[in-house]
Amino acid sequence: MTRSGRLAGAGAVVRRRLLIAVPVLAATSVGMFALGAASPVDPAKQYAGAAAFTASEENLAQLRANWGIDDPLPVQYLRWISNLVQGDLGWSTSRHEPVASVLAARAGWTLLLIGVSLALVLVASLLLGALAAYRRGGVFDRALRAAAYAVQSMPVFWLGLAAIAVFALALGWLPAGGLTDVTATSTSWSDVAHHLILPVGVLAVSQAPWFVLFVRDAVAESMRDDHVLAARARGLPGRTVLFGHALRTALLPFLTLVGTHLPELVGGAVLVETVFSLPGLGAVTVAAALGSDFPLLAAITLVTTAVVLAANLATDLAYAAADPRVRLDG
Amino acid sequence: MADLAARPPLLRVARSRLRLRSGRAGAVAAGLVLLVAVAGSLLAPLVWPLDQSAVALDQTRLAPSWAHLAGTDDLGRDVAHRAVYGLRVSLLVGAVAALVATVLGGVVGGIAGTLGGRVDRILMRIVDTIAAMPHLLLGIFIVAMLRPSLGAVIASVGLTHWLSTARIVRSELLSLRTRPFVDAAISGGAGRLRVLTRHLLPHVLPRLALATTLMIPHAVWHETALSFLGLGLPPHLASLGNMINDGQGSLLTGAWWASLAPGAVIVVVTLAIAVLAARWRDRLDPRIRAELHL
Repeated sequence: MTRSGRLAGAGAVVRRRLLIAVPVLAATSVGMFALGAASPVDPAKQYAGAAAFTASEENLAQLRANWGIDDPLPVQYLRWISNLVQGDLGWSTSRHEPVASVLAARAGWTLLLIGVSLALVLVASLLLGALAAYRRGGVFDRALRAAAYAVQSMPVFWLGLAAIAVFALALGWLPAGGLTDVTATSTSWSDVAHHLILPVGVLAVSQAPWFVLFVRDAVAESMRDDHVLAARARGLPGRTVLFGHALRTALLPFLTLVGTHLPELVGGAVLVETVFSLPGLGAVTVAAALGSDFPLLAAITLVTTAVVLAANLATDLAYAAADPRVRLDG
Repeated sequence: MADLAARPPLLRVARSRLRLRSGRAGAVAAGLVLLVAVAGSLLAPLVWPLDQSAVALDQTRLAPSWAHLAGTDDLGRDVAHRAVYGLRVSLLVGAVAALVATVLGGVVGGIAGTLGGRVDRILMRIVDTIAAMPHLLLGIFIVAMLRPSLGAVIASVGLTHWLSTARIVRSELLSLRTRPFVDAAISGGAGRLRVLTRHLLPHVLPRLALATTLMIPHAVWHETALSFLGLGLPPHLASLGNMINDGQGSLLTGAWWASLAPGAVIVVVTLAIAVLAARWRDRLDPRIRAELHL
């Protein structure tokens, strides 16, 4: 297929994806809104907090009228969703500020945590998985797989607490939480980096098993491909065969699967942030959940989903562009 | 790989025998762990009753000893004792939630797999889109709106974990539909319903049971994660997630057992389930076993 032909194909793929994603997201938002409406929590009292006990019924009624809570539900839904589409994410009742500014202030730290962990996981899993596949069934392969299964059964927050107990408390090497030293008056990058070693390490280790096992299986498979056998037959050194030939074949499908694993990383980041008291989206999500803050929770969930969908689409398109044999079926 | 190919076949057979036997020992150990866990959580109220609200403020944060196998927490409660009850709640929630997810996934996957064609394409695209939602966030949303309770946690786990089951059932049905015995049944005059119930379902059910079993650890993690965040089961209730959450303060003062011991229970039990499920999968699909033990 010509280059322009493939680009046109990409346009069709984007259209088809949107054709499904938009209705599904819309249906999800209806479901979420219905759940929010069925919630037994009164948003006006929630917003007023302790003042709800002393506030007069008129004041509360005024609040409800201002927000249009007494309007029919479909009207409320349409108002919410049309604001959302226009970029107005609403007003967070638990933090008393616009949802958009909460996200803007917090999302950066979460993205940093996820980004660095993901980079670490990718490098480590490609290296370890390929080495394990080189001698399948060997000592290293079996040890790595046993370790992967063991780590896979550890909840990430437990792993985080264990890491704190060992590295922060018993050995005293690293800080147990937060982003800066308690005594620090300003944020310096070296301080932040020092505080992020444990959270990033814990998130990376907890996510690694899935990636390592996948790379190991894929490389083991491609070790039997004709072109790898041919490379061996030409007498190329083992390292060249493994990384230059076998791993390269296994690399592309792996990259598209990274996109599908993103939701797990987001969930892991929420828990890791809570364990290490980091000021990312995790802490606000939990606070919002405790306060039944519908606008903030719904926005976080829908926005992250949209980001993950976009990332999936991007990796799939990159895959199709890099490998001309691949055809995306929608 | 070259040395493997050069090895005499007899040795390879012996090695794979050995591997199988060591796998069996692991499976037996896992089975014992699971047996103890299930029996313990079923019999606990009869053998070792627990007063959920009892505290002993003169015995706080005692290190593990013979009197308190896993020490005591910041309110002087015996960690091992509460962990047994925590496991009981976690396994109950995990099993019920896994069943909910299996029914949901089975229905969606069943419809996609039996009807095929356009319905299948659209349903699976919908499943892919929902899979892009971080399920912990969706779970947190559901719990936050329904207020934390046992039912909310089960709903939260069940509604977020059915996707993989739907995919498994659907692909199994699609591959079964092309088999000769299905053609034979249809040409023998069997109706759609009869083909489904007599010929397709008996093949799908073992897979479905395996998927349910494999989902229990995920459901347990999800439940403990919600409880750990303070969004799951009521805080006074001994659940593994609540205990890990409660123990965080003790951990920072050096009493690591209050948090780490309940977590270790989760790790051991989920590992046991994973080992047994892997063995079960090998039996269902001998081709994979042959590959694994090559």
